[in-house]
Amino acid sequence: MKTYNITVFTENNIGILNRITIIFTRRHVNIESITASDCEEDGIYRYTIVIKTSQSQAIKIVNQIEKLVDVIKAFYYENKEVIYQELALFKVSNSSFKNEQINTLLKNNDAKIISLESEFITLQKTGSTAEIKKLFTYLKPYGVLEYAKSGRVAVSRPMRDLKDFI
Amino acid sequence: MEKITGSQAVIKSLIKENVDTIFGYPGGAIMPIYDALYEYKNEINHVLVRHEQGAIHAAQGYARASKKCGIVFATSGPGATNLITGLADAMIDSTPVVCITGQVHSSLLGTDAFQETDVIGISMPVTKWNIQITKSRDIPNAIAKAFYIAKSGRPGPVLIDITKDAQFDLLNFEYVFCNHIRSYFPFPALNKIEIKNAAKEINKSKRPLLVIGQGIILSNAENALLDFVKKTDIPVASTLLGLGAFPNNHKNYVGYLGMHGNYAPNIMTNECDLLIAIGMRFDDRVTGNVNKYAKQAKVIHIDIDKAELNKIIPAHYAIHADAKDALNELTIEVFEKKHSNWNKEFKILEKQELNQVIYNSINPKSGKIKMAEVINLLSKKADQNTIITTDVGQHQMVTSRYYKYENSRSNITSGGLGTMGFALPAAIGAKLGAKNKTIVAIIGDGGFQMNIQELGTIMQSNIDIKIIILNNNFLGMVRQWQEMFFNKRYSFTDIQNPNFIKIAEGYGIQGKKIEKRSLLDSGINQLLKSKGSFILEVICEKEENVFPMVKTGSSVSEIILK
Repeated sequence: MKTYNITVFTENNIGILNRITIIFTRRHVNIESITASDCEEDGIYRYTIVIKTSQSQAIKIVNQIEKLVDVIKAFYYENKEVIYQELALFKVSNSSFKNEQINTLLKNNDAKIISLESEFITLQKTGSTAEIKKLFTYLKPYGVLEYAKSGRVAVSRPMRDLKDFI
Repeated sequence: MEKITGSQAVIKSLIKENVDTIFGYPGGAIMPIYDALYEYKNEINHVLVRHEQGAIHAAQGYARASKKCGIVFATSGPGATNLITGLADAMIDSTPVVCITGQVHSSLLGTDAFQETDVIGISMPVTKWNIQITKSRDIPNAIAKAFYIAKSGRPGPVLIDITKDAQFDLLNFEYVFCNHIRSYFPFPALNKIEIKNAAKEINKSKRPLLVIGQGIILSNAENALLDFVKKTDIPVASTLLGLGAFPNNHKNYVGYLGMHGNYAPNIMTNECDLLIAIGMRFDDRVTGNVNKYAKQAKVIHIDIDKAELNKIIPAHYAIHADAKDALNELTIEVFEKKHSNWNKEFKILEKQELNQVIYNSINPKSGKIKMAEVINLLSKKADQNTIITTDVGQHQMVTSRYYKYENSRSNITSGGLGTMGFALPAAIGAKLGAKNKTIVAIIGDGGFQMNIQELGTIMQSNIDIKIIILNNNFLGMVRQWQEMFFNKRYSFTDIQNPNFIKIAEGYGIQGKKIEKRSLLDSGINQLLKSKGSFILEVICEKEENVFPMVKTGSSVSEIILK
C-alpha cells in the first residue's frame, strides 16, 4: 500500500465526478482527498485524487477511469513524482498567544495571518500533509477553534503535454 | 427551417439512425414521445412489451442477432428503474442498446415529484454513457452521440433521459451523425511491433492454445480467425459468449471453456506453452483459481478494451487492438505450421469426457429425460438457420455444452450477469432482429417465470419463437451447489410450478408437455415445425448435476468429471 496521486482530465459535463468516484467505491478504495479545477487547456477539467492502494490496483483504476467516455486522460503518480501542496486554515483564539510567540510560529512554519478579528485570528498554511499536520500538533495545546484543510493540488514531474491526448 | 417538437426530433433522429424496431412501454413522462411515434407507425415497428425488463432484454436479443443497436423506450420512475437489470446485463456482455427514458418536467427535478427518480445516478454504473436532456435543442446531438458510443469500441448500453418539457419544446431540427468525440478513443491503432513480437512467440510455440470470446463476433473477425487458424493449426477453445464465433465442427475446435466447459480445453489451459486470448476478459467462471491459471504459459491478450488487459491475468504481450485488425496482421506475420500431435492430445481428453460424461448424458436408457439428450436431439434437428437463447443455470450450461453452434450470432445468452428471465424476451428481440431465422429459447422452469409476462408480447405482436422449458421442478443450479457444497440442504430451491401449457393457451400459444423419452423426438419435431410460437415443456430428471465441473477455488485443470 502506497499513496498514489491520480490525475484525471475530463470534459466539464454534469455527472463526471460521480462516474469517477463510483469506480473507487466499487473497488472499496477510499478517497483520501479530491480536488477539481480547470487546467491549462480551456474547457478541460482536472481532478487530483489521492488514494492509498497497491500499484496494480492504481493502474487498474486509472484504466477504468480512462474508459469513461468523458475522460480525456488519467495518470497515476507516486508522491515523489508530483509537486504538490495542500492549504489549511486555522482559527485560533486571540488570547492564546503572545505577539512574539505568534511571530516565531509564523516564521518557523512558513504560515501567515490572513485575518485578524477581535476574538480570533486565522492562520493560513500551505505545504505538504506532514507540514500541515506538524503545525496543527503545535497549535492544538493553545486551542484550535476551527481547522479546515483542502485536498491536494499537484503537478507532475514527468513532462507531458495534454494536447497530445486531445 | 421548420420547427418541430423535441418528441418529433427523437423519432426523426431514430429514423436517421436507421431504426426499424423499438421495444417499449408508455407512461406519463414519455407520452409526448409516444404521441410523436404514433405518426410513424408505418416506418417504425414499436413492440409493446409487458414489463420494461422485457423491453431491454428484447433489445439485447435484437442487437445480438442483427448487429444493430437495440432501442428501448420507457417512462420515468419505475419504468426507468425496471431497465436496470438489462442495462447491467448489456454492460457486462458488451451489447449496444440505446434507452430513451421520459423524465418529469425539468422544474420538478429533485423535488420527489410523481414518478421522478434519479435515473442518471442509478444507471451510471451500468451504462457506458448516459445523459439527461432538459433542452429540446440538445436532443439530436445526444441521440447521435448515443448511437456512436453504444456501437463503437467495446459496445455497451447508453441511456438518454429526456424531461417532459424538452419533449414538448420546439427546436430547429438538423441531424449530424457523430463520428468523433475528443475524449473517447474507441479505435485503437494497431501497433505492428507488438503484433510482430506476438507473432514471434506464436512461431516459437509448440503447444499454443487460442482462447476466443465474444470480441471475435463484435469485431466481425470470424473469417480473420478462420484464416489465422488455417495457417497456424492452433487448437481453438471458446468462452460462453464466444460460442458460434468459430464453427463447432471445425477440426481445430476443442471445446467450451470454464466451470462447466469441456474437459480438454480446461485441462490443456494448464498444459499449453502459449495462451492466445482474443476478445475475452478472463471471467472467473473461465479461469477458476487465477493463481493456478496457465502459470506455465506465456500469455498474449488482445482486447479492444484497454482496461481488460492485465486486469485478471497478466499478459506477456498485452495488445490493445480490435480483434479483426490484430488477427489479420498476425496471420501475415506467423509461419504456416502443423500442430498435429498437440491437437491429438485434445482428442484423447475429448474421448475421456465422451466416455465418462457425454455418452451417458445423451443416451440414457432409463429414468427421466435428461437435459443433455433434449439439447443433443435439438442440435441434430435444428438447421443452420437457428438462433438459441438461454437464461442462466443448468439448462444454460447444458445447452452450451451440447448444442453445436456452427454460426456466429447463433448463441444469445446472459453470460456475465447471469440473468434469469433473459431468454424469453431476448428470443422475441432476436426474432425481430433476424426475421428469417428460427429462434429457439431454452429456459428453465424458474427463469421462465421471471419474465413469463412476455408471452403477452408474443401474442400481441404475433412473434414466432420456439420455447423449450427444461422443467426439473427445481432451481437446478443452486440445488446442485446445495448438494455439492451445502450438505444437500435444499434451502428454497424446490419450486412449485404452474401448468405452463395452460398458461401458454391463455396467451393463444400452442404447447405440449412431454414426460416420456419415447415422445421426445416427435415433440421436438412438432416444436420446430409448428406455425407460430410453440412451447415444449420437457419434464426432466429432478436431481441431475451438470458435469464436468471446475469447483470454486479449484484450478481449471482440476476439473472433475463426476
